[in-house]
Amino acid sequence: MSAVKPFLSRFVTIICLGGLVTLNGVARVHADGIPVIEITAKRFAFSPDNISLKKGQTVKLRVHSEDVTHGFFLRPLKLDEEIPAGETIEVTVTPDMVGTFTTICDHFCGANHGNMNMTIVVE
Amino acid sequence: MKAGESSDLFSALGRANGEKPTPFSFVQLSDAHVGFNGPPDPLGTKAFERAVDMINALPQRPDLVLFTGDLTHDTEDRDVHVQRMKQFQEISRRINVPMIKHVPGEHDAGLDSGALYREFFGDSSYSFDHRGVHFVALDNVSRAKPEVGKEQLAWLTKDLARFPKTAPIVVFTHRPLFDLRPDWEWFTSDGDEVMNVLSGYDNVTVLYGHIHRDDEHQTGAIHHYAARSLVFAFPDPVGVSGPRKPVPFDKDHPFKNLGIRTVSFAGKAQPGSAALSVEDIELTAREFRGINGVQQILRNPNV
Repeated sequence: MSAVKPFLSRFVTIICLGGLVTLNGVARVHADGIPVIEITAKRFAFSPDNISLKKGQTVKLRVHSEDVTHGFFLRPLKLDEEIPAGETIEVTVTPDMVGTFTTICDHFCGANHGNMNMTIVVE
Repeated sequence: MKAGESSDLFSALGRANGEKPTPFSFVQLSDAHVGFNGPPDPLGTKAFERAVDMINALPQRPDLVLFTGDLTHDTEDRDVHVQRMKQFQEISRRINVPMIKHVPGEHDAGLDSGALYREFFGDSSYSFDHRGVHFVALDNVSRAKPEVGKEQLAWLTKDLARFPKTAPIVVFTHRPLFDLRPDWEWFTSDGDEVMNVLSGYDNVTVLYGHIHRDDEHQTGAIHHYAARSLVFAFPDPVGVSGPRKPVPFDKDHPFKNLGIRTVSFAGKAQPGSAALSVEDIELTAREFRGINGVQQILRNPNV
Protein backbone atom coordinates (compact mmCIF):
# COMPACT_ATOMS: atom_id res chain seq x y z
CA MET A 1 0.00 0.00 0.00
CA SER A 2 2.84 2.34 0.85
CA ALA A 3 4.30 1.79 -2.64
CA VAL A 4 0.96 2.45 -4.29
CA LYS A 5 0.38 5.81 -2.60
CA PRO A 6 3.32 7.64 -4.18
CA PHE A 7 2.40 6.14 -7.52
CA LEU A 8 -1.19 7.38 -7.19
CA SER A 9 -0.02 10.75 -6.00
CA ARG A 10 2.30 11.10 -8.96
CA PHE A 11 -0.40 9.87 -11.33
CA VAL A 12 -2.88 12.42 -10.01
CA THR A 13 -0.26 15.15 -10.29
CA ILE A 14 0.44 14.27 -13.90
CA ILE A 15 -3.30 14.34 -14.66
CA CYS A 16 -3.55 17.77 -12.99
CA LEU A 17 -0.50 18.98 -14.86
CA GLY A 18 -2.19 18.03 -18.10
CA GLY A 19 -4.96 20.42 -17.13
CA LEU A 20 -2.53 23.16 -16.25
CA VAL A 21 -0.22 23.26 -19.16
CA THR A 22 -0.45 22.40 -22.81
CA LEU A 23 2.92 20.96 -23.47
CA ASN A 24 4.69 21.74 -26.65
CA GLY A 25 7.96 21.17 -24.88
CA VAL A 26 9.26 19.16 -21.97
CA ALA A 27 7.51 19.60 -18.62
CA ARG A 28 7.86 17.91 -15.28
CA VAL A 29 6.79 18.46 -11.71
CA HIS A 30 9.15 20.24 -9.37
CA ALA A 31 9.84 18.85 -5.91
CA ASP A 32 7.48 21.44 -4.45
CA GLY A 33 4.68 20.23 -6.72
CA ILE A 34 4.78 23.16 -9.12
CA PRO A 35 4.87 22.24 -12.81
CA VAL A 36 8.07 23.12 -14.62
CA ILE A 37 8.36 24.02 -18.28
CA GLU A 38 11.77 23.81 -19.90
CA ILE A 39 12.55 26.43 -22.55
CA THR A 40 15.71 26.71 -24.60
CA ALA A 41 17.01 29.99 -25.98
CA LYS A 42 19.36 29.81 -28.94
CA ARG A 43 20.00 32.43 -31.55
CA PHE A 44 17.42 33.38 -32.85
CA ALA A 45 14.56 31.32 -31.44
CA PHE A 46 13.00 29.91 -28.30
CA SER A 47 12.09 26.25 -28.15
CA PRO A 48 9.27 25.52 -27.74
CA ASP A 49 8.01 28.70 -29.37
CA ASN A 50 4.49 28.34 -27.98
CA ILE A 51 3.22 27.29 -24.55
CA SER A 52 -0.17 27.51 -22.89
CA LEU A 53 -0.79 28.31 -19.24
CA LYS A 54 -3.86 28.61 -17.05
CA LYS A 55 -4.85 31.86 -15.41
CA GLY A 56 -4.21 31.78 -11.67
CA GLN A 57 -2.10 28.61 -11.73
CA THR A 58 1.56 28.82 -10.83
CA VAL A 59 4.29 27.34 -13.03
CA LYS A 60 8.06 27.50 -13.10
CA LEU A 61 9.73 28.44 -16.36
CA ARG A 62 13.31 27.15 -16.63
CA VAL A 63 15.01 28.95 -19.48
CA HIS A 64 18.39 27.75 -20.69
CA SER A 65 20.70 29.61 -23.06
CA GLU A 66 22.61 27.36 -25.42
CA ASP A 67 24.87 30.07 -26.80
CA VAL A 68 25.03 33.78 -25.91
CA THR A 69 23.24 35.92 -23.33
CA HIS A 70 19.55 36.30 -24.07
CA GLY A 71 16.65 38.20 -22.53
CA PHE A 72 13.19 36.90 -21.65
CA PHE A 73 10.76 39.80 -21.50
CA LEU A 74 6.98 39.97 -21.29
CA ARG A 75 5.54 43.07 -19.64
CA PRO A 76 1.95 41.77 -18.97
CA LEU A 77 3.26 38.76 -16.99
CA LYS A 78 6.04 40.82 -15.36
CA LEU A 79 8.76 38.69 -16.92
CA ASP A 80 12.07 40.52 -17.31
CA GLU A 81 14.92 38.05 -17.06
CA GLU A 82 18.44 37.80 -18.39
CA ILE A 83 19.83 34.38 -19.26
CA PRO A 84 23.64 34.44 -19.26
CA ALA A 85 25.44 32.42 -21.93
CA GLY A 86 25.28 28.71 -21.19
CA GLU A 87 23.29 29.15 -17.99
CA THR A 88 19.75 28.34 -16.86
CA ILE A 89 17.44 30.66 -14.98
CA GLU A 90 14.20 29.77 -13.26
CA VAL A 91 11.26 32.10 -12.88
CA THR A 92 7.94 31.40 -11.18
CA VAL A 93 4.88 32.93 -12.77
CA THR A 94 1.18 32.96 -11.89
CA PRO A 95 -0.68 34.54 -14.82
CA ASP A 96 -3.38 36.92 -13.68
CA MET A 97 -4.90 37.62 -17.08
CA VAL A 98 -5.91 35.62 -20.11
CA GLY A 99 -4.65 36.38 -23.59
CA THR A 100 -2.04 35.61 -26.19
CA PHE A 101 1.27 37.27 -25.43
CA THR A 102 4.54 37.61 -27.32
CA THR A 103 7.63 37.09 -25.20
CA ILE A 104 10.79 38.56 -26.67
CA CYS A 105 14.52 38.31 -26.27
CA ASP A 106 15.38 41.86 -25.20
CA HIS A 107 19.13 41.34 -24.88
CA PHE A 108 20.59 42.10 -28.30
CA CYS A 109 22.02 38.82 -29.57
CA GLY A 110 22.78 39.38 -33.26
CA ALA A 111 21.44 40.19 -36.68
CA ASN A 112 18.10 38.40 -36.38
CA HIS A 113 17.57 39.33 -32.73
CA GLY A 114 14.45 41.31 -33.62
CA ASN A 115 12.66 38.12 -34.63
CA MET A 116 13.50 36.07 -31.52
CA ASN A 117 10.22 35.60 -29.71
CA MET A 118 7.76 33.00 -28.45
CA THR A 119 4.06 32.92 -27.70
CA ILE A 120 2.54 32.36 -24.27
CA VAL A 121 -1.18 31.69 -24.31
CA VAL A 122 -3.00 32.12 -21.00
CA GLU A 123 -6.43 30.46 -20.89
CA MET B 1 4.92 82.03 -18.66
CA LYS B 2 3.50 85.54 -18.85
CA ALA B 3 3.93 87.78 -21.85
CA GLY B 4 7.14 89.70 -21.57
CA GLU B 5 8.94 87.04 -19.61
CA SER B 6 10.36 85.39 -22.71
CA SER B 7 13.14 87.93 -23.17
CA ASP B 8 14.16 87.45 -19.54
CA LEU B 9 14.10 83.70 -20.01
CA PHE B 10 16.23 83.77 -23.10
CA SER B 11 18.61 86.26 -21.64
CA ALA B 12 19.09 83.86 -18.74
CA LEU B 13 19.34 80.90 -21.11
CA GLY B 14 21.80 82.75 -23.28
CA ARG B 15 23.99 83.24 -20.24
CA ALA B 16 23.64 79.56 -19.31
CA ASN B 17 24.49 78.44 -22.83
CA GLY B 18 26.91 81.18 -23.64
CA GLU B 19 24.79 81.85 -26.71
CA LYS B 20 21.75 83.97 -27.48
CA PRO B 21 18.74 82.01 -28.76
CA THR B 22 18.28 82.61 -32.48
CA PRO B 23 16.22 80.81 -35.14
CA PHE B 24 17.84 77.86 -36.86
CA SER B 25 16.99 74.51 -38.39
CA PHE B 26 18.49 71.07 -38.26
CA VAL B 27 17.88 67.63 -39.75
CA GLN B 28 17.25 64.27 -38.12
CA LEU B 29 18.36 61.11 -39.93
CA SER B 30 17.99 57.57 -38.62
CA ASP B 31 18.53 53.89 -39.22
CA ALA B 32 20.71 53.76 -42.33
CA HIS B 33 21.93 50.24 -41.41
CA VAL B 34 24.98 50.53 -43.64
CA GLY B 35 26.00 46.99 -44.55
CA PHE B 36 22.47 45.59 -44.53
CA ASN B 37 21.78 43.89 -47.83
CA GLY B 38 18.99 41.41 -47.22
CA PRO B 39 15.30 41.57 -47.91
CA PRO B 40 13.11 43.55 -47.81
CA ASP B 41 15.44 46.24 -49.16
CA PRO B 42 17.82 45.41 -51.98
CA LEU B 43 19.18 48.93 -52.43
CA GLY B 44 21.83 49.06 -49.73
CA THR B 45 22.89 52.65 -49.07
CA LYS B 46 20.99 54.24 -51.98
CA ALA B 47 18.33 55.80 -49.75
CA PHE B 48 20.98 57.17 -47.38
CA GLU B 49 22.84 58.71 -50.31
CA ARG B 50 19.59 60.12 -51.69
CA ALA B 51 18.93 61.69 -48.26
CA VAL B 52 22.37 63.34 -48.38
CA ASP B 53 21.54 64.86 -51.77
CA MET B 54 18.20 66.13 -50.50
CA ILE B 55 19.75 67.75 -47.45
CA ASN B 56 22.38 69.43 -49.57
CA ALA B 57 19.65 70.84 -51.81
CA LEU B 58 17.50 72.26 -49.01
CA PRO B 59 16.75 75.96 -49.53
CA GLN B 60 18.02 76.74 -46.04
CA ARG B 61 21.26 75.11 -44.99
CA PRO B 62 20.69 73.27 -41.69
CA ASP B 63 23.01 74.01 -38.80
CA LEU B 64 23.45 70.39 -37.88
CA VAL B 65 22.37 66.81 -38.47
CA LEU B 66 21.35 64.50 -35.65
CA PHE B 67 21.67 60.80 -36.44
CA THR B 68 19.52 58.71 -34.09
CA GLY B 69 21.18 55.32 -34.25
CA ASP B 70 21.64 52.18 -36.32
CA LEU B 71 24.18 53.94 -38.47
CA THR B 72 25.45 50.49 -39.41
CA HIS B 73 24.14 46.95 -39.43
CA ASP B 74 25.69 44.59 -36.93
CA THR B 75 28.13 41.82 -37.72
CA GLU B 76 30.26 39.61 -35.51
CA ASP B 77 33.22 40.15 -37.82
CA ARG B 78 34.95 43.19 -36.34
CA ASP B 79 36.81 44.01 -39.56
CA VAL B 80 33.57 44.02 -41.51
CA HIS B 81 31.92 46.25 -38.93
CA VAL B 82 34.89 48.63 -39.13
CA GLN B 83 34.38 48.84 -42.88
CA ARG B 84 30.70 49.59 -42.37
CA MET B 85 31.48 52.38 -39.90
CA LYS B 86 33.97 53.83 -42.40
CA GLN B 87 31.40 53.63 -45.19
CA PHE B 88 28.86 55.42 -43.00
CA GLN B 89 31.38 58.18 -42.32
CA GLU B 90 32.30 58.45 -45.98
CA ILE B 91 28.67 58.99 -46.98
CA SER B 92 27.76 61.26 -44.08
CA ARG B 93 30.77 63.51 -44.74
CA ARG B 94 29.15 64.49 -48.02
CA ILE B 95 26.43 66.31 -46.07
CA ASN B 96 27.05 70.01 -46.31
CA VAL B 97 26.49 70.97 -42.66
CA PRO B 98 28.89 72.32 -40.05
CA MET B 99 28.11 69.66 -37.46
CA ILE B 100 26.89 66.05 -37.33
CA LYS B 101 26.04 64.39 -34.02
CA HIS B 102 25.22 60.73 -33.40
CA VAL B 103 23.85 58.27 -30.90
CA PRO B 104 24.23 54.52 -31.38
CA GLY B 105 21.53 51.99 -32.14
CA GLU B 106 21.59 48.38 -30.97
CA HIS B 107 22.97 47.29 -34.35
CA ASP B 108 25.95 49.61 -33.82
CA ALA B 109 26.61 48.86 -30.17
CA GLY B 110 24.60 45.89 -28.91
CA LEU B 111 27.20 43.18 -29.46
CA ASP B 112 30.27 44.89 -27.96
CA SER B 113 28.71 47.32 -25.46
CA GLY B 114 29.45 50.16 -27.84
CA ALA B 115 33.25 49.76 -27.92
CA LEU B 116 33.68 50.05 -31.70
CA TYR B 117 31.08 52.81 -31.94
CA ARG B 118 33.01 54.92 -29.43
CA GLU B 119 36.24 54.41 -31.38
CA PHE B 120 34.60 56.04 -34.38
CA PHE B 121 32.15 58.53 -32.89
CA GLY B 122 33.24 59.21 -29.32
CA ASP B 123 31.01 59.12 -26.25
CA SER B 124 27.56 57.66 -26.71
CA SER B 125 25.93 60.04 -24.22
CA TYR B 126 26.81 63.72 -24.01
CA SER B 127 25.27 67.15 -24.28
CA PHE B 128 25.95 70.42 -26.03
CA ASP B 129 24.33 73.81 -26.52
CA HIS B 130 23.51 75.37 -29.84
CA ARG B 131 21.94 78.79 -30.32
CA GLY B 132 19.94 78.68 -27.13
CA VAL B 133 18.84 75.02 -27.33
CA HIS B 134 20.30 72.36 -25.06
CA PHE B 135 20.86 69.03 -26.85
CA VAL B 136 21.21 65.77 -24.92
CA ALA B 137 22.36 62.48 -26.48
CA LEU B 138 21.03 59.49 -24.52
CA ASP B 139 22.30 55.95 -25.07
CA ASN B 140 19.64 53.27 -24.55
CA VAL B 141 21.34 50.46 -26.49
CA SER B 142 24.91 49.88 -25.28
CA ARG B 143 23.84 47.88 -22.25
CA ALA B 144 22.45 45.37 -24.79
CA LYS B 145 19.02 45.67 -23.18
CA PRO B 146 16.65 48.57 -23.89
CA GLU B 147 17.63 50.69 -20.93
CA VAL B 148 19.39 53.90 -19.99
CA GLY B 149 20.76 52.77 -16.63
CA LYS B 150 21.14 54.48 -13.28
CA GLU B 151 24.54 56.01 -14.03
CA GLN B 152 23.28 57.81 -17.13
CA LEU B 153 20.10 58.89 -15.32
CA ALA B 154 22.22 60.49 -12.60
CA TRP B 155 24.32 62.22 -15.25
CA LEU B 156 21.18 63.48 -17.03
CA THR B 157 19.77 64.93 -13.82
CA LYS B 158 23.02 66.73 -13.10
CA ASP B 159 23.42 67.90 -16.69
CA LEU B 160 19.98 69.56 -16.74
CA ALA B 161 20.21 71.08 -13.27
CA ARG B 162 21.78 74.33 -14.48
CA PHE B 163 18.88 75.15 -16.78
CA PRO B 164 15.69 77.04 -16.00
CA LYS B 165 12.41 75.16 -16.19
CA THR B 166 11.54 76.81 -19.50
CA ALA B 167 14.78 76.03 -21.35
CA PRO B 168 14.30 74.43 -24.80
CA ILE B 169 15.74 70.92 -24.57
CA VAL B 170 16.16 68.34 -27.34
CA VAL B 171 16.85 64.76 -26.28
CA PHE B 172 17.97 62.46 -29.07
CA THR B 173 18.17 58.73 -28.59
CA HIS B 174 17.56 55.49 -30.47
CA ARG B 175 14.68 53.64 -28.86
CA PRO B 176 11.38 55.20 -27.75
CA LEU B 177 11.47 56.31 -24.12
CA PHE B 178 7.90 55.09 -23.56
CA ASP B 179 6.02 51.83 -24.12
CA LEU B 180 5.14 52.17 -27.79
CA ARG B 181 5.03 48.44 -28.57
CA PRO B 182 6.99 46.41 -25.99
CA ASP B 183 6.41 43.07 -27.73
CA TRP B 184 8.24 44.53 -30.75
CA GLU B 185 10.96 45.84 -28.44
CA TRP B 186 9.74 49.39 -29.03
CA PHE B 187 10.33 50.64 -25.49
CA THR B 188 12.99 51.56 -22.94
CA SER B 189 12.60 49.66 -19.69
CA ASP B 190 13.56 52.64 -17.50
CA GLY B 191 11.99 55.23 -19.79
CA ASP B 192 9.61 56.29 -17.01
CA GLU B 193 12.59 57.34 -14.92
CA VAL B 194 13.91 59.44 -17.80
CA MET B 195 10.46 61.03 -18.09
CA ASN B 196 10.53 61.83 -14.38
CA VAL B 197 13.73 63.79 -14.89
CA LEU B 198 12.51 65.54 -18.04
CA SER B 199 9.08 66.35 -16.61
CA GLY B 200 10.69 69.13 -14.59
CA TYR B 201 11.10 71.11 -17.84
CA ASP B 202 8.44 72.78 -19.98
CA ASN B 203 9.97 72.63 -23.48
CA VAL B 204 11.32 69.13 -24.08
CA THR B 205 11.37 67.40 -27.46
CA VAL B 206 12.54 63.79 -27.80
CA LEU B 207 13.76 62.64 -31.22
CA TYR B 208 14.34 58.95 -31.76
CA GLY B 209 14.58 56.23 -34.41
CA HIS B 210 14.49 52.42 -34.17
CA ILE B 211 10.88 51.94 -35.32
CA HIS B 212 11.56 52.77 -39.00
CA ARG B 213 8.49 54.97 -39.34
CA ASP B 214 7.42 58.41 -38.27
CA ASP B 215 5.38 58.61 -35.11
CA GLU B 216 4.28 61.34 -32.72
CA HIS B 217 3.49 60.91 -29.05
CA GLN B 218 3.10 63.14 -26.02
CA THR B 219 3.95 62.39 -22.38
CA GLY B 220 2.69 65.31 -20.31
CA ALA B 221 4.36 68.32 -21.92
CA ILE B 222 7.07 66.22 -23.59
CA HIS B 223 6.79 65.69 -27.35
CA HIS B 224 8.25 62.48 -28.84
CA TYR B 225 8.93 62.13 -32.57
CA ALA B 226 10.18 58.97 -34.30
CA ALA B 227 11.99 59.35 -37.62
CA ARG B 228 11.70 57.28 -40.74
CA SER B 229 14.46 54.88 -41.67
CA LEU B 230 16.85 55.09 -44.59
CA VAL B 231 16.72 51.40 -45.47
CA PHE B 232 13.25 49.85 -44.99
CA ALA B 233 10.03 50.63 -43.13
CA PHE B 234 7.96 48.91 -40.47
CA PRO B 235 4.16 49.15 -40.53
CA ASP B 236 1.88 51.09 -38.22
CA PRO B 237 1.67 48.81 -35.17
CA VAL B 238 -1.93 49.75 -34.45
CA GLY B 239 -4.13 46.80 -35.28
CA VAL B 240 -1.22 44.49 -36.08
CA SER B 241 -1.02 41.48 -33.77
CA GLY B 242 1.89 39.10 -33.50
CA PRO B 243 5.50 39.63 -34.52
CA ARG B 244 6.56 42.66 -36.54
CA LYS B 245 7.31 42.31 -40.22
CA PRO B 246 8.84 44.96 -42.50
CA VAL B 247 6.78 46.66 -45.16
CA PRO B 248 7.47 44.74 -48.41
CA PHE B 249 9.79 46.41 -50.91
CA ASP B 250 7.93 48.22 -53.69
CA LYS B 251 10.09 48.34 -56.79
CA ASP B 252 7.87 51.03 -58.30
CA HIS B 253 8.41 53.23 -55.24
CA PRO B 254 11.76 52.08 -53.87
CA PHE B 255 12.02 54.82 -51.25
CA LYS B 256 8.41 54.69 -50.12
CA ASN B 257 8.05 55.37 -46.37
CA LEU B 258 11.73 56.32 -46.07
CA GLY B 259 12.71 59.88 -45.38
CA ILE B 260 14.37 62.73 -43.56
CA ARG B 261 13.05 65.15 -40.97
CA THR B 262 13.67 68.85 -40.79
CA VAL B 263 13.29 70.58 -37.42
CA SER B 264 12.98 74.32 -36.91
CA PHE B 265 13.58 76.37 -33.78
CA ALA B 266 11.82 79.73 -33.83
CA GLY B 267 14.33 81.32 -31.48
CA LYS B 268 11.65 82.61 -29.15
CA ALA B 269 9.47 81.25 -26.40
CA GLN B 270 6.23 79.56 -27.42
CA PRO B 271 4.32 79.17 -24.16
CA GLY B 272 2.01 76.16 -24.19
CA SER B 273 3.37 74.64 -27.38
CA ALA B 274 6.43 72.76 -28.55
CA ALA B 275 9.52 74.92 -28.91
CA LEU B 276 10.35 73.11 -32.13
CA SER B 277 8.38 72.37 -35.27
CA VAL B 278 9.07 69.25 -37.31
CA GLU B 279 8.44 68.30 -40.91
CA ASP B 280 8.86 64.83 -42.38
CA ILE B 281 9.93 64.60 -46.01
CA GLU B 282 9.65 61.31 -47.86
CA LEU B 283 12.52 60.38 -50.11
CA THR B 284 11.73 60.34 -53.78
CA ALA B 285 13.26 58.22 -56.49
CA ARG B 286 13.01 60.94 -59.09
CA GLU B 287 16.16 62.81 -59.89
CA PHE B 288 15.13 66.24 -58.66
CA ARG B 289 17.94 68.71 -58.96
CA GLY B 290 18.61 72.07 -57.36
CA ILE B 291 16.35 74.33 -55.35
CA ASN B 292 13.42 73.97 -57.74
CA GLY B 293 13.48 70.23 -57.33
CA VAL B 294 13.47 70.39 -53.56
CA GLN B 295 10.66 72.94 -53.55
CA GLN B 296 8.74 70.49 -55.69
CA ILE B 297 9.38 67.79 -53.10
CA LEU B 298 8.34 70.05 -50.26
CA ARG B 299 5.10 70.95 -52.02
CA ASN B 300 4.29 67.31 -52.69
CA PRO B 301 6.29 65.04 -50.43
CA ASN B 302 4.42 61.96 -51.68
CA VAL B 303 5.67 62.28 -55.24
